[in-house]
Amino acid sequence: MMMLELKNIRKVFNQGKSYELVAVDGVSVSLEARKVTVLKGPSGSGKTTLLSLAGCMARPTSGRIFLGDRELSSLPERFLTEIRRTHFGFIFQQFNLIKGISALENVMLPAYPLGGTHIALKKHAEELLELFGIGRRASSKAEWLSGGEAQRTAIARALVNDPAVIIADEPTAQLDTKLSREFMDIVSRLKEQQKTIIIASHDPLVYEASMIDRVISMRDGKIEEVES
Amino acid sequence: MHTWIEKQRNIIDFTLSSLSRRKGKNIALLLVYTLLVFLLASVMFFTYALKREAALTLRDAPEIVVQRMAQGRHEPIPRKYLEVLKKIKGVNSVRGRLWGYYFDSVIGANYTIMAPEDFPYAEGDITIGSGVSRARLVDQDDTIPLHTYDGTSIPFHVREVFSSESELVSSDLLLVSEADYRKLFGTSKDLFTDITLKVRNAKEISTVAEKIVMLLPDTRPITKREILRTYESIFDWRSGIMVAILTGAVLAFIIVSWDKASGLSVDEKKEIGILKAVGWEISDILLMKFWEGAVISLSSFLTGILLAYVHVFFTPAILFKPVLKGWSVLYPEFRLVPFIDPYQIATLFFLTVVPYTVATIVPSWHAAIIDPDSVMRS
Repeated sequence: MMMLELKNIRKVFNQGKSYELVAVDGVSVSLEARKVTVLKGPSGSGKTTLLSLAGCMARPTSGRIFLGDRELSSLPERFLTEIRRTHFGFIFQQFNLIKGISALENVMLPAYPLGGTHIALKKHAEELLELFGIGRRASSKAEWLSGGEAQRTAIARALVNDPAVIIADEPTAQLDTKLSREFMDIVSRLKEQQKTIIIASHDPLVYEASMIDRVISMRDGKIEEVES
Repeated sequence: MHTWIEKQRNIIDFTLSSLSRRKGKNIALLLVYTLLVFLLASVMFFTYALKREAALTLRDAPEIVVQRMAQGRHEPIPRKYLEVLKKIKGVNSVRGRLWGYYFDSVIGANYTIMAPEDFPYAEGDITIGSGVSRARLVDQDDTIPLHTYDGTSIPFHVREVFSSESELVSSDLLLVSEADYRKLFGTSKDLFTDITLKVRNAKEISTVAEKIVMLLPDTRPITKREILRTYESIFDWRSGIMVAILTGAVLAFIIVSWDKASGLSVDEKKEIGILKAVGWEISDILLMKFWEGAVISLSSFLTGILLAYVHVFFTPAILFKPVLKGWSVLYPEFRLVPFIDPYQIATLFFLTVVPYTVATIVPSWHAAIIDPDSVMRS
């Protein structure tokens, strides 16, 4: 399992324009494998941007990102997509399930371009939904799922390609306390499965949870404090 | 290879479920598209089949028809010209023809009347086209009176009604004996309507025609190729009118398809963002959009072609009959022989399926090159 290392990362939006925004400003951090790391901070602190940079969703304006000894920041788009598909699983704040198709199809989506057989893929997706206790909702359309069910579906989707790193952006923002605790239980199970987990959150239920290995506090695009 | 096929299958599966999600929009698009292909293909099938029918009809026609001209108009040709024409080298056979038009004041229609050399019946007998039979309510063994040039009436015994197979050319046709023809129009025995020539070698036709003009300066030779060309230009002109009318439909379709196919909704753009975020490459998204366009355009294309085929060849082509077939008062009622020209199908394919598919892919490409992290900010 490889370590994710960010060196002197800077991300500027709308560079050179009057409304230029420095979202991440000279951040260097190592995110250890098989650990749960939380990026904590208020809105606009740069944690979501840092998360998307770590997950190869965007490129830094300057600085370098390494997955093990492989530099990711200089890779062309195609390879970056390949890395994203095979190494990372994403859980978004709004869950971002595709409406109109079933929960099962949503889970299968990231695996479609890999070219596995449809039957095997379907079986795997069903097992994942079953694992998170929503097997009976497999054929329900995404828009008919409750908040908790939608999030579990999103987690199953993040895991379908068996990635080493799970990235979650404000995963409890749409959930009540009970569902938030259930989510943290799932995180705990994923940690037991040796997954590296990086979460951006300003919810104490998340960053104060017992299974968290490291909390990185951010403010104004910079790292303020690192607690282990 | 196996992986590649599975990937295509998976993406097609997703495309199909995507299409069913936007049922209303896609069904509307499918209907408009099918209608357009149906109309265009109908015109194409129809004109092509008519041209082919005309070509088949003219297959056994004489290589050259010689008409006498007087004051710029077609006049009866003297019998003695037959001897002059027979002497031209390369001419196989020379025959005088008797044909003209008979105006039927009862129904206000013009019939084509001919006296074939090998008319199998006797004087007083007549064979009629099915159009005449329908219009005058006469059938085999009935009597049909025709007026002569001097106002007297001759009762003709109908011996035969032409079958509908040959109705394109025989709908308004009357066949009588030579003697009856001359009696009806008061044509002298020394005159024919025109003269037909068979030429042994097709390459000599133009030379023979030149010789005719030299030997008989008051005549006009018309070659088979010229007749065929005239038929074709008539049908082209008629189909041209239809195509001009259809241009409006084509434009409307382009606007609708551009709007429906290219104008990606906010939801569709977000969906592309999600697919990119979960690991789809730009090429995967374009592949999906390609299949989406291909499913709609191919199914519309095939349905439209099939409907047009049935419309033109198995129904009386009700939509176009007046424009494309009607050059006579008596409309022929006939079924065209089914025939499809692959070149025409290919043309129609490239004019409809290809532009639509491109119109679907280009805007998707614009949407697909956005950074996937945009979905994290939405």
